[in-house]
This record gives sequence, structure tokens and C-alpha cells, in this order.
Amino acid sequence: MAVKTYREAITEALQIEMRRDPRVIILGEDVVGGLGGTNGEVEAAGGTFGVTAGFAAEFGRRRVIDTPITESAIVGAANGAALTGLRPVAEVMFMDFIGVCLDQMLNQMAKFRYMFGGKCDVPVVIRTLMGAGFGAGPQHSQSLHALLTAIPGLKVALPSSPADAKGLLATAIRDNDPVIFCEHKVLYGESGEVPDGEYLVPFGEANVTRRGNHVTIVAFSRMVLLANAVADRLAKEGISVEVIDPRTTSPLDRDSILESVEKTGRLVVVDEGDPYCGMASEIVSLAATEALDALKAAPVKVTPPHTPVPATPHLEQEWLPSPDKIEKAVRATLDSKLARAG
Amino acid sequence: MSYDPVMLLEAYRRMRAIREFEERMRREVQMGTVPGFVHLYCGQEAVGVGACMNLRDTDYIGSTHRGHGHCISKGCDIGGMLLEIYCKQGGLCNGKGGSMHIADLRKGMLGANAIVGGAPPIAVGAALTHRTLGTDGVAMAFIGDGASNQGTVAEALNFSAVLKLPMIFLYENNGYAEFTGAGYHLGGADIAKRAASFGMPAEKVDGVDFFAVYDAVGRAVAHARAGKGPYAVEAFAYRWYGHFEGDMQKYRDPKEVDRLRAAQCPLARFESRATAEFDIDVSELREIDEEIQELIEEKVAAAKAAPKPPREALYTDVYGSY
Repeated sequence: MAVKTYREAITEALQIEMRRDPRVIILGEDVVGGLGGTNGEVEAAGGTFGVTAGFAAEFGRRRVIDTPITESAIVGAANGAALTGLRPVAEVMFMDFIGVCLDQMLNQMAKFRYMFGGKCDVPVVIRTLMGAGFGAGPQHSQSLHALLTAIPGLKVALPSSPADAKGLLATAIRDNDPVIFCEHKVLYGESGEVPDGEYLVPFGEANVTRRGNHVTIVAFSRMVLLANAVADRLAKEGISVEVIDPRTTSPLDRDSILESVEKTGRLVVVDEGDPYCGMASEIVSLAATEALDALKAAPVKVTPPHTPVPATPHLEQEWLPSPDKIEKAVRATLDSKLARAG
Repeated sequence: MSYDPVMLLEAYRRMRAIREFEERMRREVQMGTVPGFVHLYCGQEAVGVGACMNLRDTDYIGSTHRGHGHCISKGCDIGGMLLEIYCKQGGLCNGKGGSMHIADLRKGMLGANAIVGGAPPIAVGAALTHRTLGTDGVAMAFIGDGASNQGTVAEALNFSAVLKLPMIFLYENNGYAEFTGAGYHLGGADIAKRAASFGMPAEKVDGVDFFAVYDAVGRAVAHARAGKGPYAVEAFAYRWYGHFEGDMQKYRDPKEVDRLRAAQCPLARFESRATAEFDIDVSELREIDEEIQELIEEKVAAAKAAPKPPREALYTDVYGSY
């Protein structure tokens, strides 16, 4: 166990999986970097954030493949390579860019196994950066995981810690289904203990990051960190908050969420996706349909408003869920009419 | 130029099988026995077969919504295809893909594809697999004149050129994108030239002539196998029927199909040249005709009689594990 950043944990998972299985390849824009520049063929980037730095030297350019800016071809080629025996890890630099390659996700990789009668595996991983917080504006900041979660055939993982980033990515690479691996760009510099060597975190198993009895917070990706901070803050007042990080939205660990809601009777969901048809709505719906009797208060959703993400830094902060908004939501569940009636 | 007579007879068998298969499907659609949409390949037989006779099972093709002919050209089992089109148990995709998604990876058939322009990037990925594994295998994408306008095709061309992939872009220009003529929808009017602009060899051939397609694609495959990168062939052929079966075809002269049948039949063209120049006896071809007729009759009957997938099949094969 060593302390590593989220970014280093991702690099480590890729490195370990590429060393153990020669079928694993990486493709994307600038995953090598610098090709065709005026400095000759130097490995200049290793990805926009340096995640694959040194990979071309170790694994060769046949396995670390620099592509043009061509998302449909990147994801499409990953699909074709996966159908024919490789285990590609393709990079769609920012999640917003799924707009230009959605067909290859929605109609191709997600459907192959089903429409081909189960006669193929589709071991493709799409690594992509989600999330707001850098003032990158409407086309570089979105969290579209719910949109992808609603596509049967895809799996969706959203690590909130360096250890989960490593373990979930390794699981994604070894999985025989297509996985959309959503890395939160604001978490890249976060540090945490990361197990050494091969490390796998199973899909569909939530992580309970704080134990508590009064209120359940279900949070996704970076929102888990905010929820943890609120839980710690409220603990000092004797309010005991349980924080659940589902870690994957597809498959979703419904049991852990319901178990916690049955225990606390109060639910807050924090998600960086849209308030409409998003994970927050989905989890509230789950509690309403499966655990209504246990609810002592109306569940509360903490999400951004139904607007694009503004580039304007102070408006972006306003747009994002914050510890204060989450705390207010937790207090509301403790103080609602339904709570008093119960 | 000489041709192996065994290859020629097999080529004819596949072209005849496509014709018989599609004409039968046409009648069945008219009688209402076939679920979903069916897009027929009649008139384009020499393109699929001329191309695929150059390929091995380990080479891959990506197909289109008009995929029956590509499947037969690549050697897919005709009984399995019919079971699939009728959405029955034992179909090539266990009855859940239907006409527009027939795939058979063991035969290198990466799937018919109901998204126009969906398959070329996927075929590029298969070419990438061959390059990564260091084999001399190739991949080919069939692309209609309609699909040639999709951005995915431009992306696939550039990606293949940049990475020098063993990839063949086989354009089938049948003059129509759905209900719209190429005279309207094709900016620049020259598909092969578009491919050539990515720095790859590109040729145009008469897609009604099996021999012309076979030779051109032979050059393309040799080029790709030798590691020289991608190659494009634009084959001109004619779509005898509508975009899909049931299309009223108000956009074309009703006599056009009769004229095409008389003057632009790939099978008739093959027969006259094969018998005149390459020592194929007409009786051999008639024998194949009979065999194929019986085969299609038998397989259609079997498909109609086969059991439907069970109710549980709705839920299977969404994921490998979940």
C-alpha cells in the first residue's frame, strides 16, 4: 500500500494490465504525443494529462496507438478490435465528445452481444474525463454518465478515489462487456492509499465510505468527497450520516442502497449529472418504489440545475453541488413534515 | 488472365444463391411472412462475390443494411441466415438480430449494420487487430454511395491511411441513397477520388462484371496483405429493387428495372464470359441453378417451421456477466 494520486493509480492499472495481457492496446489522441511535430518522433505527451507517458517506449507503437482527432474512428476501431480478439482501451478525451461518436457506443458496442445472439465478446473500455470545476465551459465539463447508464449493454464505472480508480479500471479491462470508465478531472490530483500489484474492485458493489444511522447519502464520483466532508462535519453535532458510493451505475448495487435506506429512513442523493432523468432521480425512484414504508422523510436530490455548465468560474461554483447544499439537504430530511408525522 | 475453374464455379454458386435467396425473400415479404425490413441485393451480386472470393475466413468484412449478399459472398450458412431473417431459434444470431444484423464472426462477417456508415470504423478495428497481431489478414468495409457521405467513412479512410492499415474500402455505387439519386446527393460526384485524396490507390470498376471486380479487389487485397496500407475500389452496379422491399419507388421509371434485368444482369454477364473464355460448361451452371433452387426451397421451409426463441431469450445476452 502506498499513497498515490488518482492519475497515478490509473496509470498503474493500465501498466499492470498491459504487462499481463498482450491483447490489451491503448488508442486515442496524443496517447503517445508529438508525432508529426518538428522535433521528430518523440514521445511528447503520453495523453493530455500524462497518464500514458512512457507507454509507447515500453509497449511499442503497435499497442500504444496515437490517432488523429477522430472519435468515431477511435471508438469504432476499438469496437472492431474487440470483436476480433484484442482488448482495447480507447480514450475519448472529454466525456462531452461522446456527442461525435455516440453511434459507436449506443448502436454498436452496446448491441453487438445481444444482436449477434451472444456469439461474441466486446471487451472494450472507453476512458473519458467527466465533471466540472475547471472553468472549462459547456463542452468540456459535463457529467453524462446517466445518459450512458440508460443504454443496455454498457457498463459504467465512476471511481471516486485513487484505489477505486485502479481497481475498477483493472476490472473494466478484464471484463468482456463494454465499459465506459468515467474519470473525474478534478480528482486527478487527489491522493489516497492504493494497494500494490494487481488489484481488482468488482462492479456492482457499492463502497460505504461513512457509516451512520440517521441519514443515507448516495453520491457519485467527486460528489462522494463532498458527501464525506458533510458527514464528518455533521458527526460533530451527533448527526450520523451514512455515505454510499455505488462506484458503478451499471450495474448498480441496489441492495446496498436499499439496505441503508431501510436503516436510516432518510435519503439524500448527490450527483453532478442533470436533475432530469439522472442518477439522482433514479435512486429516489428506487427508494420510492422499493422502500417507501421505510422512508421517514421526503428524499432530496442535490444536483446542478437543468442548465449547461457555465465557463464563468463563480457561476460554475453556483452550478455545482457544494457541501453547504448537501448539508442543507441532510437537515431537510431530518426536519421535513413527513419526518414530524412519522 | 486465367481463373481457377473451381473458384469460378464457386463464385457462380454464390451469385446464384444470392439471386435465388433475394428473389425468394421478395416474394415472402410480399406475402407478409418476413418480420421487419428487408433490403435486397439483386443486381449487385458480382460486387459482393467478386470482392469476397479474394478473402479468407480470417479476413473480415463490415457490411451494410443491404447485407444478405455480403453474408452469402463471405460464406455464411444460408440456413442459418434464413433462420435469422425469420427470427427463429438457431439463426446465426439466435433470432435476435434479424435481416439487418446478421453476423458470423467465424466466417469473418462482422455484421450487417443498420446504421448507414456504422460499419467502416468497425472494419478498421479488425484491420487494426491484424496489424497488431502481425498477421497478413485484411479487413474490408462495404460502403454504399449513400454511406460515402457519412463522416464516419471519412474518419475511417483517414485513420486507415495514417496507420497504414490492411483495409479495403469497397464502395458499392448503386446510384441511389434510399430514394435519392447520386446525381443529387453526391458532392463532387466522384467517390473514388474522395478515397484517393487520403493518399491511397483507388479504382473504379464495372460492378456488374464479376471478373472486373474480382481483379480489382485482388489488387487491393494483395496491396493490403503486403503491408502497403489501405486501398479503395468503387464498383458501379444497379439496385434492381427499392431501397427496402415495399418501397413504391415513385422516384424511378417503372421500366428501369426491366431494362436493368435485360441489360445489366451480373449472372448473365458472368455466364457468357465464363462459358466463352474460361472453359465453363453451361450444363455445370444449370446444375448449380437446380441445386440452389432446392437448397433455398428447403431452407426457407425449415426456417418457417423452426421454433421461435423462448420468452426468456428477451433477457439473455445483454451482458456477458452483470
